[in-house]
Amino acid sequence: MRVVWVFLTLVSHWRRRPFQLLTLVLGLAIATALWSGVQALNAEARASYDEAAAVIGGETRPYLVAEDNSEIGTKAYVALRRAGWHVSPILESDIVIEGRSYRVVGVDPVTLPIDVGILPREGNDDEAGDLAAMLVDPSRAFASRETLTMLDAEEGEPVEAGDTSLPPITVADTVPPMTLITDIAVASVLTERTALSRLVVTEDPPGTIDDARALTGLPLDRIDPETSGDLDRLTESFHLNLTAFGFLAFLVGLFIVNAATGLAFEQRRPMLRTMRACGVSARALAAVMLIEMVALALVAGLLGVAAGYGVASALLPDVAASLRGLYGANVAGELSLSPLWWVAGIAISVVGALAATGSSLFKAYRLPLFATAAPHAWALAQRRVLRVQTATAIILALAGAVLYFVGHGLVAGFALMGCVLLAAALSLPPALAAILAGAERLARGPLVGWFLADARQQLSGLSLALMALLLALGVNIGVGTMVDSFRLTFTGWLDQRLAAELYVGGETADEADRIAAFLDARDDVDAVLPVWNATTRYRDWPVEVYGFRDHPTYTQNWPLLASAENAWADVAAGGDIMVSEQLARRFDLGIGDEITIPAGRGDWTVNVAGIYSDYGNPRGQIMIALDQLLARFSDIERDRFAVRVEPGRVDAVMAALRDAFALTSGQLVNQQALKAFSQSVFERTFAVTLALNALTLIVAGIALLASQLTLAGMRLPQLAPLWAMGLTRRRLALMELAKALALAALTALLAVPLGLAVAWILMSVVNVEAFGWRLPVHLFPMQWVQLVAMALLTAIVATAWPAMRLRVMAPSALLKVFADER
Amino acid sequence: MSVERFLLWAALAAVSFAAPAMAQGFAGLGTDAEGYSRVEPGHPFAFPLDHGAHPGYRIEWWYLTANLEDRSGQSLGIQWTLFRNALAPLPEREGWQNRQLWMAHAAVTTEDVHLSAEAFARGGIGQAGVRAAPFSAWLDDWMLAETQETTMGLGRLQATASGDRFSYDLQMTTTAAPVLHGDQGYSVKSEEGQASFYYSQPFFRIEGEVTIDGESRSVAGEAWLDREWSSQPLAADQEGWDWFSLHLASGEKVMLFGLRGRNDKVFNAGTWIEADGTATALASSDIALQPLATSAVAGRDVPTRWRVQIRSRGLDLVATALNAQSWMDTAFSYWEGPIHLDGSHDGVGYLEMTGYR
Repeated sequence: MRVVWVFLTLVSHWRRRPFQLLTLVLGLAIATALWSGVQALNAEARASYDEAAAVIGGETRPYLVAEDNSEIGTKAYVALRRAGWHVSPILESDIVIEGRSYRVVGVDPVTLPIDVGILPREGNDDEAGDLAAMLVDPSRAFASRETLTMLDAEEGEPVEAGDTSLPPITVADTVPPMTLITDIAVASVLTERTALSRLVVTEDPPGTIDDARALTGLPLDRIDPETSGDLDRLTESFHLNLTAFGFLAFLVGLFIVNAATGLAFEQRRPMLRTMRACGVSARALAAVMLIEMVALALVAGLLGVAAGYGVASALLPDVAASLRGLYGANVAGELSLSPLWWVAGIAISVVGALAATGSSLFKAYRLPLFATAAPHAWALAQRRVLRVQTATAIILALAGAVLYFVGHGLVAGFALMGCVLLAAALSLPPALAAILAGAERLARGPLVGWFLADARQQLSGLSLALMALLLALGVNIGVGTMVDSFRLTFTGWLDQRLAAELYVGGETADEADRIAAFLDARDDVDAVLPVWNATTRYRDWPVEVYGFRDHPTYTQNWPLLASAENAWADVAAGGDIMVSEQLARRFDLGIGDEITIPAGRGDWTVNVAGIYSDYGNPRGQIMIALDQLLARFSDIERDRFAVRVEPGRVDAVMAALRDAFALTSGQLVNQQALKAFSQSVFERTFAVTLALNALTLIVAGIALLASQLTLAGMRLPQLAPLWAMGLTRRRLALMELAKALALAALTALLAVPLGLAVAWILMSVVNVEAFGWRLPVHLFPMQWVQLVAMALLTAIVATAWPAMRLRVMAPSALLKVFADER
Repeated sequence: MSVERFLLWAALAAVSFAAPAMAQGFAGLGTDAEGYSRVEPGHPFAFPLDHGAHPGYRIEWWYLTANLEDRSGQSLGIQWTLFRNALAPLPEREGWQNRQLWMAHAAVTTEDVHLSAEAFARGGIGQAGVRAAPFSAWLDDWMLAETQETTMGLGRLQATASGDRFSYDLQMTTTAAPVLHGDQGYSVKSEEGQASFYYSQPFFRIEGEVTIDGESRSVAGEAWLDREWSSQPLAADQEGWDWFSLHLASGEKVMLFGLRGRNDKVFNAGTWIEADGTATALASSDIALQPLATSAVAGRDVPTRWRVQIRSRGLDLVATALNAQSWMDTAFSYWEGPIHLDGSHDGVGYLEMTGYR
């Protein structure tokens, strides 16, 4: 019973200070929201990869492909089946419907086990009926609701989209977006092909891969589930990035909670003491406070998870677009989260709240019954804290240095970043203290001396909020510098790389040939340059092989990072090759190094003559002479061309092409459109980063506000004597404002070098590890000015309210300080 | 086997007699035969052509059962079945567009174990099919094929199949001509006139190897090959059937079936086959099939001991399952296993029972 009264007494505090309660709940909710939002994005994307992998039969079962990605004939499939191989055919290809590209995955429901995951698995009768209906006219297709909307189709109705007739679609959430799963017979008609893309191995085969080769006469390869998770690996860096941001935001959010609970404790100190004096045990008091905190954390957690869902929903389209643009990964645009995610979000809220309130709870537990203010002891303790912080910062800095020199991999990169950020945060209070102490020595006049001393005294209360501000600003500057440097580099690179005026693709190699002939015959066309390619794997990494025809377009425009003398001439002559930066970095290749490339017609050993940047490509790439491509590789995609057109004739050539061939918008693209598209991919890629960045800054602002409110209450005893000595409340309020501004300004200034360090780590360490390219660092001082201004504005906003309250505070309140024993 | 796959095949009406339990739920079996070839009396059989597939008819099967003994005298049975099911009337489309579906069942039964397996394939690509001459019926690596061409066809055959725990490789020979059931192969299935074309080759001698759980044994015995095709084999109200093939010790062969309709209405039919191959159709009133005992099999009660009577022939015997648990745990599940006969006549045989719920 007593516990209930204690609880009610404690809780009464919040009724008198609803705003404080709001800060606390808000801080915790925001922290939880950002964290769980990021988790939701990651989970959704990963689930989509798994589905995508399952669709190609990769993730759950091994499959057979022809070594050079050539086609597998029906005969080969039947030969395997008749030899007792349990394989199921997949016919996969892209089709274009009204300018949009869709993946058609044709399966054989007769031989494909349900657990391969391609076909809907919920065992309800309707879907099973649909499954059966796949085999009889008009057949059935499965697609996500998104795809259905894209096609402007009704579920279960036959679809007429553009010139294409599709079977009635059944919505199945397990199907990735922009993908249609159909019976193999339907897929064969839609894609106009009969050959198979791969064979899913559904049961342990009765023989080896060599047996399969002998049976089919094809160079078959078995791809096992472990090696087919390329998408997971490729996107790992992206998700690590998001996770790091989510964690940072969560930490900053906890600063708010810490400030709010610190304030609450401070204000309830007399109440706690009274209750202890009335006989409530320290343990009971601490226990009740714990219950109170957990209850608040649950409420805040629930709000936070709900808000996190909102954040994730808002950001998901951008994330999906980024992943599609960067990695070609299809991610569903709708969130579908498991109950576990909700529980985890609320749990992290509770854990975070307890971590942030640990010190308050401990203080409540150890609260001496008749403690009097002991400022000197407090100051000593403060000095001790500063020493510990400094020592920790130094250790972290050393750890960072070690990581930089010996660490490898993305995780090491982020660990280095963590060390630098934490070391900077921890060394902020000592640094500020040192600056203020130095200023104190130079100060003239008692008021200025008091101002500086008091600012120093205030540091400990504000230090967490200032650290949050430092981190938010530092990361903002770092990420901003990276994004803008990247934008600058990328735009310049695009200008060089997309030198041709037009890019044309044929539906088939045959049509492409006719288009090329048509263009060659025109006077206003300077050159038709094949953009032909094949794919291979270099040391198990997917590599695109592009063949080029010797032309000034390349020699004059193509940006090389490093090259041997006469590189272009040598490569064009067929002797050497050029490799992309990603490939070179991944396998430590330099100019003159030998490289052995698995080609369709035998391995090819050549020298590297040049390294070029290839931003945004998750795969490796090499450039070789067109003749070499044709001679050495099979299964070459030879349907695209870059076209050099006389200036001013671009529109005319495009119009002529459209007249002569029924080209879709995807088949004929001019330079501007392609650049615009690439840039939009770029912008969307960083939209999420920038959004999280901004949110972090907002959270830091709230943290500062919460801290200022805390301090405003705590600082009356320091201010009242000055008031008593004759300083007006207005003057005092202005001084408070000035102090906050000074501290924020100092922090913001220190954030600039930190931000540059962050930018450097991102561009020279993390990016290299994550994407395989290094960016030149450009500096953007205007950005810093903006951010410093924003920090000052944040400080003003955060301090304005407490200062206003001080300005209009009733003199009696100030007088009470002298009467109140506290 | 998952529920989905079960329903898939059910919806496809892939098998008729093997799944009469589905007959009512899925109208396909009893009614909708439009566009398919019709089963009419007076059809002249032509061999070896009729050993092959008849894609104009909706369903068809090649059904082999054998009663075997190993060297130690232990009885066992094997089953090899290929079902063809047309999802659309003729013309047949080429390649992946083909709308014929194939399903195969294989089983091995001893006193202690009953092992079954199934496989599926679509037509048009060669994964499954039947060629009339030289005869070959196959699905994946399961095969029933002529090893030596004979005048009427199917004089010498090889049967192979394998499942998770079993496999067999058997050689069969016969010199007897096919036996036509009913009216010259026109076999009526109900009073409403549903019918099929139905003939058998019941005089095969069979021998070879059967492997169970890695243990191989040499076996020999008698085999019975059934051939049947139709577009509309069951009346809408027929729920299941009990089918007997009997190898009497005295040399005669007997085929009997009883189709169970609603309200205990039963339609019986059969053929008495002399040792020289002379066949006589048996009238429904001449036949009595009476369950004597049931066993709990796969969660239902199935009669595994029968009294079988053919009054005109003085046949009155008890047929007992070799293994009461001969449940075909396939997409379309049913009971199928060897029996032994005691009474007025001794012998062995095979029993198939469908539609028990």
